[in-house]
Amino acid sequence: MSEEFTLPNHKTPHEHYLNATYGIRSWLLTTDHKRIALLYLASVTFFFFVGGIFATMIRIHLLTPSGTLVTPENYNKLFTMHGVAMIFFFLIPSIPAVLGNFLIPLMIGAKDLAFPKVNLLSWYIYLIGGCFVLYSFGTGGLDTGWTFYTPLSSIYSNSAVTPAVIGIFINGFSSILTGLNFIVTIHTMRAPGMTWFRLPLFVWAHYATSIVMILGTPVVAITLLLAGLERMFHLGFFNPALGGDPILFQHLFWFYSHPAVYIMILPSMGVVSEIIPTLARKPIFGYSFIAGSSIAIAVIGFLVWAHHMFVTGQSTYAALTFSFLSYLVAIPSAVKVFNWTATLYKGSISWDTPMIYALGFIGLFLIGGLTGLFLACLGLDIHVHDTYFVVAHFHYIMVGGAVMGYLGGLHFWWPKITGKLYPESLSRLAAIILFIGFNLTFFPQFILGYLGMPRRYHSYPPEFQVLNVLSTAGASILALGYLLPMVYFVWSMRYGPAASTNPWPATGLEWKTASPPPTENFEVTPVVDWEPYDYRNRPDLGLVAGGRLAPTHGDD
Amino acid sequence: MHRTGELYGQFETLEQQKDSATLGMWIFLVTEVLFFGGLFLTYSINRHLYFTAFGVGGNMLDLRLGATNTVVLIASSFTMAMSVWAAQTSRKKLLPIFLLLTLILGFVFLGIKYVEYKQKFDHHLVPGHSFDLTYRINHPGPGDDAKELAAEREEIAGALRTEAPGGPQEALTALNAHAQLYFSLYFGMTGLHALHMVVGAGLLVWVLRESLKGRFSAAYNTPIEIVGLYWHFVDIVWIYLFALLYLINRHAV
Repeated sequence: MSEEFTLPNHKTPHEHYLNATYGIRSWLLTTDHKRIALLYLASVTFFFFVGGIFATMIRIHLLTPSGTLVTPENYNKLFTMHGVAMIFFFLIPSIPAVLGNFLIPLMIGAKDLAFPKVNLLSWYIYLIGGCFVLYSFGTGGLDTGWTFYTPLSSIYSNSAVTPAVIGIFINGFSSILTGLNFIVTIHTMRAPGMTWFRLPLFVWAHYATSIVMILGTPVVAITLLLAGLERMFHLGFFNPALGGDPILFQHLFWFYSHPAVYIMILPSMGVVSEIIPTLARKPIFGYSFIAGSSIAIAVIGFLVWAHHMFVTGQSTYAALTFSFLSYLVAIPSAVKVFNWTATLYKGSISWDTPMIYALGFIGLFLIGGLTGLFLACLGLDIHVHDTYFVVAHFHYIMVGGAVMGYLGGLHFWWPKITGKLYPESLSRLAAIILFIGFNLTFFPQFILGYLGMPRRYHSYPPEFQVLNVLSTAGASILALGYLLPMVYFVWSMRYGPAASTNPWPATGLEWKTASPPPTENFEVTPVVDWEPYDYRNRPDLGLVAGGRLAPTHGDD
Repeated sequence: MHRTGELYGQFETLEQQKDSATLGMWIFLVTEVLFFGGLFLTYSINRHLYFTAFGVGGNMLDLRLGATNTVVLIASSFTMAMSVWAAQTSRKKLLPIFLLLTLILGFVFLGIKYVEYKQKFDHHLVPGHSFDLTYRINHPGPGDDAKELAAEREEIAGALRTEAPGGPQEALTALNAHAQLYFSLYFGMTGLHALHMVVGAGLLVWVLRESLKGRFSAAYNTPIEIVGLYWHFVDIVWIYLFALLYLINRHAV
């Protein structure tokens, strides 16, 4: 009898999406959204390190006023390639394509996304686009700035602009298809009882993100295509010498690239909206306001693009309008921050790693958001335009905000994704190292910018050296903070203790199925008859027995 | 995901599957509107800036070929609509016929477009170093209609009078540069449209093959419907292109 040979503490693992099939083909030809999410995880991590290497080189170069590492021409390439790798190939796909891909079907009780093959296709499109861009990096680099302003990109640059533009053009379709897939899935694939206002806020955030992806990305695609054609065939769309208009390029570019900022930050906000109620053991405060503010950010985000162009000589009335509209974005953003804080208020907060990331997110996003208001102000923007103040501002949003949320989300759902727990103390330590390293890197840059150090310069006056050295020192701490999770995540996949179905515990549907989930996600299609984040009325989660529930008189 | 009959494993019902596919195609068409939107914006701004040069450029297009193509494409939209109807009413013999007609009309359109492009190459109206607005009037071919050439000569002369200040040579350079912008946009927009036609033809070949196997009926016709949506969209884009590129300022002279 086979049972006699089974050791008592050696449980046969259940069949799940990771061990259902084996072999390289079962991964490269998979249509399972969970496996595709892991394919994305591997590829965006790769680009994160490519971009990270360029960032490291930039910070080493700026240790001394005259620059220590590379020639001025190569410095231009470093910051350009850092931006291109990080924005187009890490930040934009990171949370949607990894966590969103993995979680959206689980969270709404579906077996998969609506179009699983399109999902796999979008990963391959991403890879093809990535190969073009890597080819550009390897055969002359790219020195136009990630913004590809014409006529520099279309005429004067001697670097490998054409393959990079083609790569980003191709990669855009990966983003479009992911957004399309998410919108359709959220509309048509929800389980019985999963009404719109029972959707997790993570799903709302991805819905808003997908709107931006499908409306914005085609515009940047055609714009970069025109710039590429201009470079290849000497056409004149954006070339003033031939009657074209370079400012038109900037308008079209920012029509996507400003909303793209919300592609990067909205999913992070969705992650934070999941972590905070779960680890404060309280219902989220103002559910519908948080959901609505995601949509509001996506919509208003399309109406602010020309605040990147205050110094291009646009009309004062246009500038005033765009300034006003930019201020408006602060309202839905603040709605979120206030609601998160109100959720935390008198919550039973546990200091698990995702919570440290979530709190870090709130603080850093607050600084990034408020300095954004400085930049939306016409008079002040002219002073700090194209200085390190801008660099610090958007790194607070994109690294302090988006990447913190991404890492927080990875930690939060790691037990579900891999079925393994990561080491607790080490991960807390890494989160704190990251927070300190991040602030040390980027806070000095606010001061540098305010004092007048321009961005994208390979050298600077000697009086700026102390702050630059601080920034570089911070970057080395930050690098450690990024390497640590890499190491212990990989370690935990093999050696981590097994995770239970609902380790936090949380109310979402994704925690109702096994960790890791079976290929079909749920044994039977779930029926939802509870409200989201209802931590007060869920004795089945075991919160009362553990004594970890927030007091019911939380508001007095 | 396993497939049971026409039902893919991720869906519960055929109706849910059809709703998803249709919504997916509509969203894709929205992205296409934005995609062409960038081009239309570039076109509109330059048309506004260089109205004269764009007028001259537009009048150099062959209205007869453009109008024929418009009729051909509208006819193909009709046969496509008939295909959808045939599928929905389970007319399994009629469906491939309408699909084939649509495909043929699509190729007729592309063929006429080829003739037009060739004409533009022959007349040196392709952006680049040999672009020359006056090439045709200075090098008339044997088949050219004298009246047409005279009208074209008059048109260019009129444009030169209204083009930027400076001597006649400067005016001609400016007119050539701005007309070149027009033709860049002409080839960009019609080229991208033709590319969409080629993709549409590929889709038609696919549904034609499946329809010959008798796969589509009143119970299941989602692919026909969404290919139809795409085909009509490409058709509508052409209607706008025809008006913008061929018709504005047609009788200025």
